[in-house]
Formats: sequence, structure tokens, C-alpha cells
Amino acid sequence: MIYNAMELMICCAARALENGKTVAVGTGVPCAAAMLAQRTCSPQLVIFFEAGGVAPQLPTMPISVGDSRTFYRGCMATSMADIMETCQRGMMDYTFLGGAQIDAYGNLNSTMVGTDYAKPKVRFPGSGGANDLASLCWRTLVVTNHDPRRFVPKLDFLTTPGYLAGAGAREAAGLPPGTGPYRVITDLAILGYHEQTRRMMVLSLHPGVELEQVQRATGFELEVQRPLEATSPPSPHELQVLREEVDPHRYIIGRC
Amino acid sequence: MNDHGTGAAFSDPSANRARERFATKPRALTDKLTTVADAVSRLVHDGDYLAIGGFGCDRLPVVVVHEILRQGKQNLRFAGHTATHDFQLLCAGNGMGRGKTLAAVDIAYVVGLEARGLSPHARRTMESGEVAFTEWSNYALAVRLKAAAMGLPFLPARSMLGTDTFKHSGAKVIECPFTGEKLVALPALYPDVSAIHVPEADRYGNCRIRGTSVADIDLARASHRLIITCERLIPHDEIRNDPTRTVIPFYCVDAVCEAPYGSYPGNMPYEYFSDEEHLSQWLEVEKDKTAFRDFLNKYIYDVKDFSEYLHLCGGLPRLQELRRQEFLLHRGR
Repeated sequence: MIYNAMELMICCAARALENGKTVAVGTGVPCAAAMLAQRTCSPQLVIFFEAGGVAPQLPTMPISVGDSRTFYRGCMATSMADIMETCQRGMMDYTFLGGAQIDAYGNLNSTMVGTDYAKPKVRFPGSGGANDLASLCWRTLVVTNHDPRRFVPKLDFLTTPGYLAGAGAREAAGLPPGTGPYRVITDLAILGYHEQTRRMMVLSLHPGVELEQVQRATGFELEVQRPLEATSPPSPHELQVLREEVDPHRYIIGRC
Repeated sequence: MNDHGTGAAFSDPSANRARERFATKPRALTDKLTTVADAVSRLVHDGDYLAIGGFGCDRLPVVVVHEILRQGKQNLRFAGHTATHDFQLLCAGNGMGRGKTLAAVDIAYVVGLEARGLSPHARRTMESGEVAFTEWSNYALAVRLKAAAMGLPFLPARSMLGTDTFKHSGAKVIECPFTGEKLVALPALYPDVSAIHVPEADRYGNCRIRGTSVADIDLARASHRLIITCERLIPHDEIRNDPTRTVIPFYCVDAVCEAPYGSYPGNMPYEYFSDEEHLSQWLEVEKDKTAFRDFLNKYIYDVKDFSEYLHLCGGLPRLQELRRQEFLLHRGR
């Protein structure tokens, strides 16, 4: 079956979510991935939205992390602090984030481009809940297109913590032990992090992609897992569910 | 790592000074029903620290923000926790020949409208350097309001550590006196004035919320002055018959305004969905300053009140369509 890069990324992200776990998601790709996971590999996955939506039965994709759909037929509609404190207590397994820039340690920038903080060249929204979720959830996943302007050696602003300066840095800063970046899913590959150095590491290449291509699209040296795995393409069932139930209007999968 | 952020403080975290102000806050069970114009004129002052309830474009008191612009309030400081259309509106009071509505902002999330994209004019405003800002996260602002609601000067949390977000915040790293663990200390945020939109309130200010409460239960308690706008006034007896459902009590509230569709063009859970076409129009028209000025005149400055704005946006037929879109209505209460 023919599929596009966005469909592949959403399928990879969905497969990374284990059944019976909890995930804090935002709008767009993360939400599509969580919805697909619930309908395929992880029917017992519990979805949370940071504005207070708990375990909704999402009828369609929300446009806001706080809109009516985020608690549609949910088990609870609560406060933002309640959701974040569920993370802080250690009960949130996964979160999904994005950003304008990511570095080798999975740190993210969603605040600004430029060198003068007080007068940014480009101002982005800022942390929102991203810093909190990446600090407090066990595993952070990032889904993003792979290009060197995004995968940079140095961030203009470190909005959201990855492994900070490397092994041990999160714990030294006071962040909860055992938390941190887990996967980066791009249009070229699935990446993880090296156990010792905590630097980004290629785990699996998407169909038709060469390692060289991934390195060229990255602004820093990547670690490589050996042997490298090959990403399974989306199954007909995954594609059917994604296209017919999760995103029938092609809001997300049509972006490709 | 430095143990304190270098960001400017835009509000006073002192619990003692807050107590002195709360000591003078009226707490009697009195009728507070008034118009939005009167509430804004009496309760929002130039230079105030302002906070707005809701999240994203959801359950926002848009009706109050319009009135703040119309009355030309100046030099406000603002709490931007996933502030979207409200922030976009406040920025419309800057750089458009009407002085400076916004002087400073505590940022967790600004200039964006989530999945809808970034506001060109809010970006221009933030990139101009004329608004002072300090960086936080959504949870950090929620904790700061919680500290204020508790009557404390600060609360600890475990996020922001190790990042530039911390470095440009007004937070400090402290050591837990019991475990020695590092924590971030977040200063209490006591807004001078806040506005919260709810589905139902009585004329004394007892409020019910349906759907997510975001940070509003703490925000109501943290604020020195509070304007409540509601979709519907309900009889006081209804509150008395089911007090469990009251989440904001009358003694926190200074004004109650019945403002149906007061969250338009945002989403009001169980009432109406957001008007995505109108929100797209905002994002489009902001690209050109002259077109934006005409747009603001037409929709905000040259109208008498919010109901005239609703009329311009399609009136009752459009609002009924948005009620249909709010599929939650199809389920029982």
C-alpha cells in the first residue's frame, strides 16, 4: 500500500506507546498517534491533555489542548495542575513534544530565534506545558521532520530539557531521576539516545533511506546503533484506521 | 548552573502585603450584577496586573478583553499561560496608535493560537522590544497562582530546572529542608484583577464550571479583584440546593455580568464551538497593519458593545451553527 511520510511517522509513534500506559499529548501528530495506538496496538492506553482532559473518547482531532473534545466522554475534566502533578508524582509514562530546534541531547527550543533574549529575531510561543511535561514524564518522544535547520549543534534557547549537557546532567539539575528523552521519530528514521553518552542515536531507517542521508540532514554527529534496524512500513490495517477513523479529513496526514 | 533566574518580577509575591489587601476586599453576600462596561471601568485600572481565565481559545472572557481595549486601559502587566486569542487582543492595543495596553508579560505561552498558527501582530509586538517579558512554563504559572490562592509567598515544584526557561524566569533553586533534593521555588502570583468566564453564576458571584477548570479555581482565589462573566445567570436558590457544584464562591467575586456568547470566537464547552473561520480571519488580516487597523475599528472600537460585535460576526444564525458544532450538546447533562 502506498503511504506518505506523515502516515509513516504517525504509525511509528503509535507503535512506541505501550498498552496500559499513560500519555500526555498535544494537538496534531501526537494526538493522531495516541488515537491510532488506542485503535491498534494499545487499546488500554490512557490519554491526558494538560488543560485537564482525562481519558477522553476522542471523536475527532482537537484543535486546542483545552477544547471540548479533549474531555469528550472522558473520565474526568480537571485542572492543569492536577494533570501536571500526576506527571510530577511519576504516573505519566509518555509525552510527545515538538519544537523549532532540537540538539544532540534532545533539548528543545520553542521560545525564540536570535541572540538577544529581550529583542528576539523571531518570537515563538515559549514553553507552554512542554518544559513541565519533559521534566516530569518518564519518557519524552519528539515527532518532527528531519532537516539540518531543525537538528542543530546549538540551540538559540533551551526551552525544554532533554539530557541537558549529557549523562547525569538532568539529575544534577534536580530533575526527577530516570526521566528523559526516549525517541525521535522523523520522516527518515527512528532515533533514540546512547545509554552512556546520552547523545542522539539512529536506531532504525525508514524504507528506502540510507544512513548517509540521515546524517546529512542532521547538524551534529549522530551515534548509530549496530545492527541498524529497518522500520516496518505501515500495515494496511494501520493505514485504514488512520485514514478512516483517526484523521478522515486529512488535517494531519494531508500535510505531507 | 545559577541558582536564580534573572527575569524581572512583574508582581509582588509577599503574602503579608497580599493579606493587607485581602483584608479590605468586600466579602458580604451582596448583589454584584452589573454590565461589563461598568465592571471594567471600576475594576481594571491602568498599570494593573491582569490575568484571564480559561485556556487557549477555550472558555475565555473575550467580552471583557474587548471592553478593556475599548476603554483604552494602559500599561497592563499580564499572566500569559497558554494565552491565545486573549493575548492577541491585548497586543492589538499596542503599536496601533492607541498607546500601549500591554507593558509586561509573564510568558508561558504567547503569540500562538495552538494548531491554528502564530499571530502576526502579537509577534510584531513581542519582537518590537516595547513589552517587557519574563519566561515561565504553564505549570509554573499554575503553581504561582496556587501559592497565592493558599496565601503563601511561594511553592516548590520540579520543572524548569536546568533550562534557559529557568534562566530567564524569576524562579530560584532551593534545597528541600527534608531530603536535600533540588527544587524550583516559584513566587506567588497575586493578580490585581482577573476575569473568568463561566457557564453559570448567581448574582452574588457563586460560580459553576463545566469541563476543565484549568487554573481558574486558584486564579479566582489569588486575585485581589475578580470579574465574572457568565453565559447564564441562575437563581441563588439553585446554588443553595446544590452547593457541591460551586467552584468559585461569592466572596472572591467583585462583579457579575451576564454575557451570553462572551467567549466567542472561542469554544465554550457544552455551549458552542469556536468560530474557526473568524479566528482565521484574525490571523490573515493581522499581516497588513492598515487592514488590521480597519478590522479593529470595525469589530471592536466602533461598536457600542460585545453584542454588536456578535451581530457583525453573523449574529444568532452563526451562533446557532456553533452550538450545533459543539457536539457535546448532543449528550445528556
